[in-house]
Amino acid sequence: MLEVADLNSFYGGAHILHGVSLDVGQGEVVALLGRNGAGKSTTMKSIMGLVRPRSGTVTFEGQAIAGRPAYRIARLGLGYVPEDRRIFTDLTVLENLEVGCRAARGTQRAWTSERLFELFPNLAERRSARAGAMSGGEQQMLTIARTLMGNPKLVLLDEPSEGISPLIVEQMAFAIRQLKAEGIAILLSEQNLHFAMLIADRVQVIEGGRIQFHGTAEELSNQPKLREELLAL
Amino acid sequence: MGFFVAQLLTGMANAGALFLVASGLSIIFGVTRVVNFAHGSFYMLGAYIAYTLMSHLPGAIGFWSAIVLTGIAVGLIGLLVEIVVLKPIYRAPELYQLVATFGVILVIQDAVRYVWGPEDLIGPRAPGFGGVVSIFGQSVPTYDLVLIALSLVVLAALWALFNKTRIGVLIRAATQDREMVGALGVNQTLLFSAVFFLGSFLAGIGGAAQLPKGGADLTMDLNIITAVFVVVVIGGMGSIFGAFMASVLISELQVFGVQLLPQSTLVLMFVVMAIILVVRPQGLFGRPDAAVYQGNSAMVPKPLKPLGLAGKLVGAAILAFLAFIPFYGDNFLVFLFSDIIIFCLFAASLHFILGIGGMASFGHAAYYGGGAYVAALLVQYLQTPMELAIVLAPLGAGFLALIIGWFCVRLSGVYFAMLTLAFAQVVWSVVVQWTSLTGGTDGILNIWPSDWASDPSVFYYVVLVVGAGGIIALRAMAHTPFGYALRGTRDSSLRAEAIGIHVRRVQLLAFAFAGAMAGLAGALFVFAKGSIFPTELAISRSFDALIMVFFGGVQSLGGPIAGASVFTLLQDWLSDFTYWQLLLGVAIIAVVILSPRGITGLLETTGRIGDRFRTATGSNAEVAGKEAR
Amino acid sequence: MSFLVVEGLSLSFGGVRAVDDVSFTLAKGELLALIGPNGAGKSTCFNMLYGVSRPDSGSVKLDGNELVGLKPRQIWRLGVGRTFQITATFTSMTVCENVQMALLSHANRTFGIFRRAHDAYRDQAMDLLDIIGMRGQADRPTNVLAYGDLKRLELAIALANEPKLLLMDEPTAGMAQPERRSLMKLTADLVRDRGTSVLFTEHDMDVVFEHSHRLLVLNRGRVLAEGSVAEVRADPKVREIYLGGGSTYASMETNHA
Repeated sequence: MLEVADLNSFYGGAHILHGVSLDVGQGEVVALLGRNGAGKSTTMKSIMGLVRPRSGTVTFEGQAIAGRPAYRIARLGLGYVPEDRRIFTDLTVLENLEVGCRAARGTQRAWTSERLFELFPNLAERRSARAGAMSGGEQQMLTIARTLMGNPKLVLLDEPSEGISPLIVEQMAFAIRQLKAEGIAILLSEQNLHFAMLIADRVQVIEGGRIQFHGTAEELSNQPKLREELLAL
Repeated sequence: MGFFVAQLLTGMANAGALFLVASGLSIIFGVTRVVNFAHGSFYMLGAYIAYTLMSHLPGAIGFWSAIVLTGIAVGLIGLLVEIVVLKPIYRAPELYQLVATFGVILVIQDAVRYVWGPEDLIGPRAPGFGGVVSIFGQSVPTYDLVLIALSLVVLAALWALFNKTRIGVLIRAATQDREMVGALGVNQTLLFSAVFFLGSFLAGIGGAAQLPKGGADLTMDLNIITAVFVVVVIGGMGSIFGAFMASVLISELQVFGVQLLPQSTLVLMFVVMAIILVVRPQGLFGRPDAAVYQGNSAMVPKPLKPLGLAGKLVGAAILAFLAFIPFYGDNFLVFLFSDIIIFCLFAASLHFILGIGGMASFGHAAYYGGGAYVAALLVQYLQTPMELAIVLAPLGAGFLALIIGWFCVRLSGVYFAMLTLAFAQVVWSVVVQWTSLTGGTDGILNIWPSDWASDPSVFYYVVLVVGAGGIIALRAMAHTPFGYALRGTRDSSLRAEAIGIHVRRVQLLAFAFAGAMAGLAGALFVFAKGSIFPTELAISRSFDALIMVFFGGVQSLGGPIAGASVFTLLQDWLSDFTYWQLLLGVAIIAVVILSPRGITGLLETTGRIGDRFRTATGSNAEVAGKEAR
Repeated sequence: MSFLVVEGLSLSFGGVRAVDDVSFTLAKGELLALIGPNGAGKSTCFNMLYGVSRPDSGSVKLDGNELVGLKPRQIWRLGVGRTFQITATFTSMTVCENVQMALLSHANRTFGIFRRAHDAYRDQAMDLLDIIGMRGQADRPTNVLAYGDLKRLELAIALANEPKLLLMDEPTAGMAQPERRSLMKLTADLVRDRGTSVLFTEHDMDVVFEHSHRLLVLNRGRVLAEGSVAEVRADPKVREIYLGGGSTYASMETNHA
């Protein structure tokens, strides 16, 4: 469904991604694991068109998308949930959802704000609240909900568990499984191996801008040395 | 009581057009980050187009539909400007976009002059609202009430648009984070165009609505843009409600100010603005980070190097060439080159704070004209000799810059630019309104050089020596520790502060020094022309300086020299044509689009290709090196 | 003897207590790591120590001098150097000029107008570049440097005022593994040779465990734990919130799997 091949990206003057390749299949959840600064966010941004890759290809459902503007990539059915959330703090919860709203494609069951409020009950109570006044966990739910309003076929989730309390992380994991059950493919970036193991079908480990490992979560957990080296766990 | 209410209503009515233009500017800035200097021109276009439409469409229905049609027409013109002029340069630094909008101002000026002629037009009366009503015994024009109602309707409509419609929500979201809006599938290109249409539409309606009250003339564009900046700065960039409140505040201040201090209404407005900005730098309803100038990392200037032998030879050759002008040229050529040298100094002084210090002053004419007036007043009232006047003028201008700069360096980016422009207007209005001292718009005449320098050729050498000396001083200053500290504050004020540099003090002293050097240029100008008028302090003169700097290229110390020379020659050459402003405007837009780094950037193109090749191979080597590790 | 004494530091943003009653001390020649998950208040703490934001309450004393209320440039003059998480250098200057600028400022000569800056303090700047191993790049423009080199340059700039205290905000973020090691080794050497005290935040646990003398763990604005590397590693609270202890996730698995 999504195929990234030999991606090289720069940020400012720094060469961040050194030939990253990965793929996500239909309805699959793939975790991109790595520490801070390993290149996870840059990979996500390069796929989404927010960082223009210097070389390499990104193919989504057979279409080459590298170098296209972000809005056209989004319209093909790629959703992006940024690490720093980037909610529109001046807007209400409902207005945030409105910005993300795009018509559903084909046979997909369209997301509505009501369906999303079922998925994230915390948001329902606060639908008219200013998004900036919400807690970190609620904001994280809102970014995911906002992206789902675009009815994406694949969601790029950049560190959804970062900086939020374990209880919310638990809800988040539950929600992500729901999405998987809906048939939405997910590329998830994480530092947290345990969280990733709960939900991912496959994992890829990135370090120093290069993919250093790919396989199943079990394979990774059976290699404590590698884990220690790559993730400091 | 009656009088008070009547005055209040007049102020509210005056606020209407101001609010419409200011809200349009604010909306455009919020989403596109472009400060559209040509917004006053859209307002002027609105008045003229409405004049034509109203004279063809009869009756009340005709009148009101003319206003709406004008809004649509101006909106479409705004859209055209956005697509043709701004779309190609959205990725360039914000300041380049500003210069492009200066070009648009010039083009629209001459286009309006061509279509409607140079005479002021008197607007038709609004059908059914031509009379007056009596309120507490005072007669108030009915149309004033209409204007008040109109601005309230527009405020309500904008509120509804932004809160109840999808496009409005998208605009608000994009104002906060336009990249994220793009990542959610919204086409930014279309959104930008829509916003430009909306903003221009509002300006057009503003121009049309005030036509019955104020008529149409060719000074409307620059007159309103100053007031609009004051409104936007006071209200807070990007806040519609702030624009409304500030429009009312400013208009009331003017109406009541006339009663209290008839001679200093403009000054009063700016004093209020200065107080508000010192207390609340982001404006009454603004967000602190709304107007931060974001530098473009792709445009980092190269490190400064002391002039090499080749550079010194070129400099010497230019000086030798200039020194020979009186020998093979007639007086016309001598005057032309004297102008060029003076403008070079003026432009170089602006470049010092803009290029090296990263502070875009939009009111640099205040110090140029200020120096000129200091010299002229010294001669007029104290019979000061020319030599002493040329020494004292920069001191006076520098002192003025020190006072104004004290307020301005508290702000940065667009707010800084607008505040400098507003203060320049204070200086201008003081000079215009204090007729007993300055002669007002009649200016000060008969300020001639000392006897020994009265011959044009001799005075030319005075200009050459003082002008070149000033430019060399500015250049040398860039290479001193102080000049480096100034560049440091531009590159990273965070880092500068973290290594003990007093950022504001460095900026303030640089601002004062640049002001003094502009004042020196102004002093030369007075003695070269023998007279001085307030036009030398006006916005258009400040714009000239900005255009010269950007024309030449901000990145290079030679830029302002090249820019001023080309600009002055171009202006001299184009002034033979009736519509020279239009040609100049087109030339400015062309330079900005084709070569965002100005003339010196264009000259460096060959060198740059070499650079690119070198860095390309260099980074390959680096990659290879890393791989090997 | 404690060189830096932080007491009861608190700061709220819009009702949220970003930093809540944080106290700690730092001795001369000590390397103290400030760790904690994102949003724990590390950066806010740093900004308060360096005069960027002003705490609602609390005090920061450096060698007896109160730092709260001072501006960054005044704190710098008291002998505190700083490196930034996202590098802040003078991009239009050469590598050497960046260091020269700091030396000029240290000598109180930023308002000098009677000589050129280009060759002022060049030798001293070169010596500092030697320490970080960048003499060879002295005349390159800063904006073409690799990210790791920028981070090292920041360290050289911070050393220009012979600091008694170095504040380093994620000094190795964005660097490759071997570069991280060498930069922290360099820092540790400075601490040993010059008696400089260092407070740094860091995500990379290898770096933290290898080089710091003591650890301070923040969570939700509060000090969660403090002590030696071994003590903090063994602390179950720390394992849970930061080092990926797994108890929470184990319970999740039973809930949802």
